[in-house]
Amino acid sequence: MIEASEKTYEGDGPIVNEFCITICTVNGSGSATANNILYRTLFHMGIPTSGKNIFPSNIKGLPTWFVIRASEKGHTGRQLHDDIVVAMNQVTFEKDMQYLARGGVVFYADNLTMPERPREDLVYYPMPIKNLIKGTDVPRKLQAFMENMLFVGIVGQVLGIPLEALNSTIFSHFSSKPAVAESNFSMVKTGYDYAADHLEKKDRFYVKGLAPLSDYILTDGNNAGGLGSLFGGLEFCSWYPITPATSLVEAMIDQVDQLRLDPVTGKKTCVILQVEDELAAMGAAVGAGWGGLRSMTATSGPGISLMTENIGLAYFTETPVVIWDVQRVGPSTGLPTRTAQGDLSMLYYLGHGDTSHVILIPGTVTECFEFGWRSLDLAERFQTPIFVLTDLDLGMNQWVTKKFVYPDKPIDRGRIIWEKDLDQFIDWGRFKDIEGDGIPYRTVMGNQSPKAAYFTRGTGHNEYGYYSEDPENWSKMLLRIEKKLKGAVPLLPAPVFRRSKSEDVEIGIIGMGSTDDALRETQDKLAELGIPVDYMRVRALPTSPAVREFIASHTRNYVLELNRDGQLCEILSLEISEYSQKLISISDIGGLPMTAEWAVESIINQERKVGKRGN
Amino acid sequence: METEAKTVELNLCGLSLGDYKGSPSTLCPGCGHNAVSAQVQNAVWELGLPPERFVKISGIGCSSKSPNYFLNRSFGFNGLHGRMPTLATGACFADSSIHILGFSGDGDTASIGMGHFKHVIRRNVPMTYIIENNGCYGLTKGQFSATSDQGLVLKHQGVNMLPPLDMCMEALISGANFVARAYSGDAKQLKELIKAAISQKGIAIIDVISPCVTFNNKDDALQSYTWGRDNEAPLHDFKHFSRREDMDLSDFEPGSYREIKMQDGTYMILRKIDKDYDPTNHSAALDLLTESYKNKYFATGLIYFSEAAATIQELYDLPEEPLNRISSDRLRPTQTMLAEINRSLY
Repeated sequence: MIEASEKTYEGDGPIVNEFCITICTVNGSGSATANNILYRTLFHMGIPTSGKNIFPSNIKGLPTWFVIRASEKGHTGRQLHDDIVVAMNQVTFEKDMQYLARGGVVFYADNLTMPERPREDLVYYPMPIKNLIKGTDVPRKLQAFMENMLFVGIVGQVLGIPLEALNSTIFSHFSSKPAVAESNFSMVKTGYDYAADHLEKKDRFYVKGLAPLSDYILTDGNNAGGLGSLFGGLEFCSWYPITPATSLVEAMIDQVDQLRLDPVTGKKTCVILQVEDELAAMGAAVGAGWGGLRSMTATSGPGISLMTENIGLAYFTETPVVIWDVQRVGPSTGLPTRTAQGDLSMLYYLGHGDTSHVILIPGTVTECFEFGWRSLDLAERFQTPIFVLTDLDLGMNQWVTKKFVYPDKPIDRGRIIWEKDLDQFIDWGRFKDIEGDGIPYRTVMGNQSPKAAYFTRGTGHNEYGYYSEDPENWSKMLLRIEKKLKGAVPLLPAPVFRRSKSEDVEIGIIGMGSTDDALRETQDKLAELGIPVDYMRVRALPTSPAVREFIASHTRNYVLELNRDGQLCEILSLEISEYSQKLISISDIGGLPMTAEWAVESIINQERKVGKRGN
Repeated sequence: METEAKTVELNLCGLSLGDYKGSPSTLCPGCGHNAVSAQVQNAVWELGLPPERFVKISGIGCSSKSPNYFLNRSFGFNGLHGRMPTLATGACFADSSIHILGFSGDGDTASIGMGHFKHVIRRNVPMTYIIENNGCYGLTKGQFSATSDQGLVLKHQGVNMLPPLDMCMEALISGANFVARAYSGDAKQLKELIKAAISQKGIAIIDVISPCVTFNNKDDALQSYTWGRDNEAPLHDFKHFSRREDMDLSDFEPGSYREIKMQDGTYMILRKIDKDYDPTNHSAALDLLTESYKNKYFATGLIYFSEAAATIQELYDLPEEPLNRISSDRLRPTQTMLAEINRSLY
């Protein structure tokens, strides 16, 4: 992998709408608003953009970075090098500049001490932040926050962002507080005017407005997942705080009172309850699901570990419940504020004894919304725990994503039966396979029919719920559950394909979840290098026939993922074992989102090994 | 042979005691828990409530098997070791007209589930929480539990070196408004306490000393039948009445008893036995439990009662109709709401 400082830009003309800005600040200094204003302005100008917060497990004081990637080509995954650095943190100043490509740009607060030998290939813009703020009437205690708005103005002016665009974003961001908007804008304008009067444009980067991205919104996957669950008719969520899942539940807490008042009585139809630990969070979610409520919890890897026994109970008692795992980096406490895809294998086989689960894997924020409501339907339809697997990158970072789409079908409660329904059955049993698809009919508490009650137990039970240690019965129950879950496959989100423009493509690349941006860029970059590849994004487990066909139809399939052992590749190799030689694992650990540069290089290295390509 | 036509006695909702029965017990013959099962059946029948208005939730252990042995017409959930309170927490929102009977043991509650025990009290989940406390692990064949007496000797275990926890004390300091101790050998009192517990708004805790005949029933063991029979000291004669007109106080001298009206409109009658004991006095209850522990004094009855604060259900402004029966169309926000969200996120 080449060093960032070795990387050069082609030609010598302007570089328009293709760059990556990293804003380097101190955690807790209040830069989030400024970062978002800059980011959202680019989005409003119609430029595909992503924003990633690379933050420490810390509330205040440690370095933090916000990375904005703007790309007219739509390549908004993480990029290995920086094009523009906004330096506001002395501690990381020298190192931050090392990530810049040759000809890169440094905006720096001029109170920072320059390294002894600064790079000569960079363009420097000093920002007299402290002096500028002194000249304003900003109250002392707000100055630290307001400093950040100054860099928005300076950077915006140098890049050619119109002042009106920044103004409009600020006023929509603070729409309920016009006075706050006014004072923020006046800081931006101060910076903007300063740059116009004092800074001579020396770098090559420019922003030019494009057609508005009117079918898109800007939000994070946790907000989307929370909203999707509320639109899915969620009635109960018990949870315990854990990064990076917390904001999913907090998004629901923020919005449940507006969204979930019963249109008939005006009362609330959704309970969100923080409990004492993840054991309780899962136990209560199972209790609610058993009681006939649409129920979920949200957690991350360590929480899943504590929830495991209860999830096994739900699996075997056939209790519907949805579990969101917003992955962070493990094992152990690991890197709690970084991203990974290391929980896949754990979830797929979670629990002791014979278990296997359905996992939905959204790869975009809009899909987080969609899988939010779909997962609740699937849980009730198949009477089983359903996992939704995302990660910190997708969950906590802001993404430009397609507008949320209203569910295209009514809520599915599955085979719940009430008093009158029971009369239709001659010989109902809670665990009886009446329809032949492995899915029984279920009654829930409150059903007043004397025939409705049954005894739910985690121990061996027969079709009527009675205790049984009979070997034949045990295997019959377990095989029926297996059959039931196999029946779910056609209803799960199908893989998404992005085919090469070339024909007879030998190479497939396979990924899942938040790496979608990086892998689409990888595909484009490989095509530019004369290596056509088809791309498949897996969106659910167990695997579908479409996944098998894709693998079968390529000579080599590279499975790219963010974990050490190549978990998706392992699962595909097991499930599609006849083509396991066609699968090659390429995995990345480090806790940061995948980059196309890394993926391209890794694939090329592998291709060299098989002797098919060499350059 | 002449047979007398038996008239089956029916309760207020027209059901016989048989309608409240469960499956045959598979616990050891003579197990204290079987007596508790029988009294739950009696208590619910006497209250005149249909079995469909109850659910039974339990953890793991001998105690937690027992809900299978009463109220077959009630839904039951025999869940995980120590986690009964968590299942109850979720289930209580499904239909607030259903009363939850939680069954647990000393292993289930005092050890693995202690955290949940305290938090379910703190949340005031409306339920009757019965601890069938035998001072040992029965289903794993006789290990010490957290309520085993210090110095207790068990086969294969040796001497218990650690002091016991008092579950009534734990309940009291966690903020429970209804705390009682019973003895499974005192069926009459147990039944009345269960009736009152069911009538309590919010959580009611009954710690039932319920001997394990197989592993912990030596005469000098604190949770044995012999000890219980010889040492039980009821705090009062205790009765519960659903309606004032049912009160049969013929054996009670006027002025010798105290009447406490519960929040659901039912009544508890407490007749002084020898000492005056005021179960509405929190510090007296703490003192009583401290003394009982120190002096191995086996006080039973209503240890503490106060009017309950809001239950966890009441803290949420839910519809009166059971949440699990709300039709799906009332659970999904409108297209307009989604359009507004999309607009706000641009």
